Parts: sequence; C-alpha cells; structure tokens
Amino acid sequence: MIGAGLIVIGAGIGLGQIGGKAMEGIARQPEATGKIQTAMIIIAALLEGLAFGALFLGK
Amino acid sequence: MKIAQKTIRFLSIAILAFSTATMFASSIDQHSDNQNDGERINTKEEVDAYILHHIKDSHDFSLFSYTLDEGERKHFGFPLPVIIWTSEGLVTFMSSEFHHNDDGHVLVEKKGLKFAKIHSKIFELDGNASSVSFDETHHATNAHKVLDFSMTKSVVGILLIGFLLLFWFSRLANQYKTKKIPTGFARVLEPLVLYVRDEIARPNIGDKHYRRFTGYLLTVFFFIWVLNLAGLTPLGFNVTGQLAVTACLAIFTLIIYSVSGTKAYWMHMIWMPGVPVLIRPILAIIELAGALIIKPFSLLVRLFANISAGHIVVMSLIAIMFTLKESLGVVGATGLSLVLSFFITLIEVLVAFLQAYIFTMLSALFIGMAVDDHAEAH
Repeated sequence: MIGAGLIVIGAGIGLGQIGGKAMEGIARQPEATGKIQTAMIIIAALLEGLAFGALFLGK
Repeated sequence: MKIAQKTIRFLSIAILAFSTATMFASSIDQHSDNQNDGERINTKEEVDAYILHHIKDSHDFSLFSYTLDEGERKHFGFPLPVIIWTSEGLVTFMSSEFHHNDDGHVLVEKKGLKFAKIHSKIFELDGNASSVSFDETHHATNAHKVLDFSMTKSVVGILLIGFLLLFWFSRLANQYKTKKIPTGFARVLEPLVLYVRDEIARPNIGDKHYRRFTGYLLTVFFFIWVLNLAGLTPLGFNVTGQLAVTACLAIFTLIIYSVSGTKAYWMHMIWMPGVPVLIRPILAIIELAGALIIKPFSLLVRLFANISAGHIVVMSLIAIMFTLKESLGVVGATGLSLVLSFFITLIEVLVAFLQAYIFTMLSALFIGMAVDDHAEAH
C-alpha cells in the first residue's frame, strides 16, 4: 500500500511538471499550441505507462 | 439500394428479436443453484469478488441475474460454446451445462472425462475422481487445467466489433466509387479516418512513408476505441482490459516497426556510430531492451491497466449502493452511487478515446522512428 502511494505521488509530481511546463510554453508561444500538446500527451502517456507498470508489478 | 437498406434493417431487427427470444429461453431452463455465486451481494468482500469476476473473461454471457423470493436464482444471458483440448482430444459443449456454477461443484461428463469450472477456468478431473477436492489455498488437488479454445465473452466481443467495423468501413469505402461525399453514417466515420491519417499517421511517420502504415493505424484505433466504448455498455465486455488482447496488439506494433526498420535504425541500435567503441555494446543492450521489451510492454500495460482500472472504479462506485446502505440509507446510498458513477462513466468515455488515441499515436511514433530516412541527423 505504501508503495502504491509512493508511485502515485511520483506520477503526480511528474504529471504536474509536464502540465505546468506545457502551459508555460503555450502561454509564451500560443502559435505552437498543437505541437506542445502532442508532445505533452506523449510524455504523459510514457509516464503513465511507467506508473501503471510499477503499480502492476508491485501488486 | 433502398431494398438493400430495408433488408439490412429487417435482418437486424430479426436478429435482435431472435436473440432476445433465445435469451429468455435460456433463462427458463436454468436450474436453481443456491451455492455461493447465487447469493445476494452485500458485504465488501463479496463486492470485491464480484468485481474481480467481471474483470476476468468468462465462459458465458450473462447480462443480469436476480434472486426470487423462494431463493431461486435467475440468470439472463447467453451460454457460449466451450471448446477444449483434453487428454482424449477435442471436446465441445455449451457452457450452460455448468449452470453458472463457478466453484467446481457442477461436473460435466463428456467422452468419459469429467470437467469442472473453477474461477472461470475449465479443469479436467484426474482418473476416476468424482468431485474436486481443494487444499488450504483453494487450489484443486485432483484436477488440471486444459487447453482452452473456447468462444469466451471476449472472443464474441472481438468478433462482433470486428464484423461491425468491417461492415461500417466497407460501406464507407464503397460510397467513394459512386459519390464524392459519403452519406448517412459514413459521414460520421470520414472525419475520424481523416483525423487519424492527418493528425496521427502523417506527422509522426513522415510524408514519404505514412501511406503504408495508415491501414494498420486506422484498424488499431477503431478496434480499441469501439471495444472500449462497448465495455462501457451494460453488455459487460472487458476486452481491451484483457492482458492477452493488449499484448497481441502490442506485438503487432512490435513486429511492424521491427520488420520495416531501416538499416540506419538497426545500425543505431546495435552498433551506435559516433560513440567510443567500448560504450557501443552497453548502448546496444539498452537500445535493444528499449525497442524489443520496454516499448511493447508499456503499450500493453497502459491500455490494460487504464481500462481495467476504469471498470473497477465504475463498479466500485455502483457498489456503494450495497456497502453504504446501512450508514446512508437506501435512498442516500443509491443517490450517491448514481451521481458518482454517472460522472465517472462520462470520464471513462473520454478515457476510451484517449487510450485508443495514445496507443495509435505511440505506434505511429515507434514506426516513424524505425522508418525515418535521416536517423543520422541527431
């Protein structure tokens, strides 16, 4: 249970970083919104895969 | 064309009517069983067991069941064929012969062998044992698993959605022969096809090669998306939440990007140019593990975990009705559970699309990395 909590905390920090930085990027360059969103979703998906893998193996 | 449409409409109504009739027919000949899966579900442990049972694949297609006042259990659903390879060769029978029993108490005799169903797995009894005996950890001691090729619920789901997609998209393709703009339902599908081609395939694979892979990406996208949505209906499919299904899809992607990889792609993986020779074998191990194990593993686990987790959350919220009945009262618990499960189901509709999108997107990305002509550029 503690492991699951740690995984979720880590994934949450990671997702926050990705989302926050993407927002900053979009605010600075609104014309690059599409590209930034695509990259953001890919990184978020990779992170999510890692987090789910850890949850799945840790169970 | 009009006649064809009318025929299709008539056929679909006939199939619906027929299947409803068989459904009720199959419910009539159900025997009552008062064993543990026939009881009402009230406690937390029973809810857990029920949810885990739903997440797994099953040998029959049960829509709902209820208990009569006399304690008899009624099931509504379809039995599915069981096809197993045993020590006596191929054996087939309908899953209704198990009478919805899932703990090995009902035995089916075929070709002199006895079969029992324990937790959705079919077991063959050894020798001339007359009942299944269990050890302390609830493993059967005198029975072994058989090779199971049954038409399970997931197989039916895959076939159903496969034929549905074939029907939809062949109609869409045929319309381009006679008209410029598709009509009817095909008009809904066309922008989705264009979306996958222009937003997923082309930017990730590149203008030169994307046409070769668009067919695969479209198939995977619609297969996953429609199956995810089918999982949200009361039919209770959990096809994209089965490890075997997602593993198979991930292996397709693995094979495609491995086979179509250029020479430069493989060179960069096995013998990375531009780095000291001593580091090259270490890099090769990392790169090979990344390409052959981690990429498909992340694809398969992501889809499996997201869809299974979604199903578990929705069913847990529905189960609030039973678990919080004492503290909130029947009306309060039902209201809370309805509100929560409604909103989570809406989120699941989004997740259904997002997971199909991400799977297709990452497949396209991996293929794009493999077929890129100027991989030396970095």
